[in-house]
Amino acid sequence: MLDQDFILQTRGLSVYYDSKIAVTDVNLNVARNRITSIIGPSGCGKSTLLRCFNRMNDLIPSARVEGQVLFDGLDLYGPDVDPTEIRYEIGMVFQRPNPFPKSIYDNVAFGPRINGFKGDMDEVVERSLVRAALWDEVKDRLKASALSLSGGQQQRLCIARALAVEPRVILMDEPCSALDPFATLAIEELMRELSEDYSIIIVTHNMQQAARVSHYTAFLMLEETRVGFLVEFGESRKIFTNPEDERTEAYITGRFG
Amino acid sequence: MAVIPRTEFQRRRNRRKWLGRAFHGMCLLSVAIALGMLAVLLIYLLIQGATGINWSFLTSFASRHPDQAGIKAAILGSIYVVLVAGVVSFTLGVATALYLEEYAARSRFAKIAKINIANLAGVPSIVYGILGLQIFVHNLHLGKSVLAGGFTLALLVLPIVIVAAGEAVRAVPPSFREGSYALGATRWQVIWHIVFPLAFPGILTGVILAVSRAIGETAPLIAMGALTFVPFSPDSPLSRFTVLPIQIFNWTSRPQEGFQEAAAAGIIVLLVILLIMNAGAVILRNHFQNKWEG
Repeated sequence: MLDQDFILQTRGLSVYYDSKIAVTDVNLNVARNRITSIIGPSGCGKSTLLRCFNRMNDLIPSARVEGQVLFDGLDLYGPDVDPTEIRYEIGMVFQRPNPFPKSIYDNVAFGPRINGFKGDMDEVVERSLVRAALWDEVKDRLKASALSLSGGQQQRLCIARALAVEPRVILMDEPCSALDPFATLAIEELMRELSEDYSIIIVTHNMQQAARVSHYTAFLMLEETRVGFLVEFGESRKIFTNPEDERTEAYITGRFG
Repeated sequence: MAVIPRTEFQRRRNRRKWLGRAFHGMCLLSVAIALGMLAVLLIYLLIQGATGINWSFLTSFASRHPDQAGIKAAILGSIYVVLVAGVVSFTLGVATALYLEEYAARSRFAKIAKINIANLAGVPSIVYGILGLQIFVHNLHLGKSVLAGGFTLALLVLPIVIVAAGEAVRAVPPSFREGSYALGATRWQVIWHIVFPLAFPGILTGVILAVSRAIGETAPLIAMGALTFVPFSPDSPLSRFTVLPIQIFNWTSRPQEGFQEAAAAGIIVLLVILLIMNAGAVILRNHFQNKWEG
């Protein structure tokens, strides 16, 4: 693939918390309008890596990032980059649904409002909820509290909230780990639809999920001496059927992790 | 294998049961003592003061004659001073708490500042009176006015507000902050749209506590130079004033029987005002708290 087919690329990316390393020298190319999953055992730095893509690690005072993250060629850690400006280009959905304690409408409208949107808010809210496959369930109670929704609905609301600022990339940090199987299925279905227009990176503990939804898979690992290094990266079909590295095979067949 | 005799088990169980009951009883006794003292105080006050409360008592000024003495100047003085103290301590306290928790969180400076603020809450209140006399009355030329009194009490209760507001701000789940940062919010927007509204009920609780303390304070205002005999309404922020506790204190030190009755009536008025203010704040707090619960 050519470089312009990649929306995000990391070059020698390492992350430290104080002097402790969490991600080691990762080189990863994230394809445009595809779903890329990051898998690996607990503590291998999956979430830390994900949070480099929208500079959420900046919020942790002890975190330090080395190397480059290129977003359409622009280094996100360059000197002139304002992290708040890249965060509405690169949206995020979290492990536990975290709708704000506001109405459903205000949750979706929050992003456009803080970014100074002046157009037709009703239209943005409707479009975002339709895209997140939640509109039919909530259109009659947009003024109701977001906390009155079920867990799965809350997570789709969070996706709608992220979509409302029209990002190009959506980062998902174990978005289904707090949901039941049916809600998980709905989110996976939604991810497939969204990947037509958005590039999605998903961190997941669930290898079946990675195999089901993602086009590409990155396998991260930790060893006694090294933490958060990339073992293997490639098409999901290949990673899950015929991995090149024996550590990948050991992990996906459930021999550790 | 050694086996503990069953009787030994039984005996210990009985002893533990007995201990449990004894502890329960002790706690109940403590509640009874606390509530009992309060009841005695209230009954005593009502017997002594209830007859003294009437329209002319509430609307008259201080007098040398016990039967003509009223509490109007003190009621107005207390309300004005506490209003100033509440507004000033709320503003300064919330801003300080937000700075320490959101901007300077985890810095060494914030840690040291927080320890010192907690210690300030223990400084004797009369010290604040002396401070207020020097800074507000003399240096800032506010005179022994409502404004100077309000500022002095604001300083006194500021640590309470800061500590309570800090706790309320810390109690806002980090996931809400992350959620709004992830949408491109700036730090100011996260604070204004998410942290402050969610912390508001908790902050209000702190302000209720602070204002309740301020309305009962006597010593710092006497040290600052509040009057004890005020035959006029404080009609401007720079007007001289007295407050309820000072008026009550003044009356209790008079030998005449009539002034003792007036003092008891004054305490009832003070308690009623305190109750109304607290109830109002609790209603306000619940209003904000229940709004979005699912």
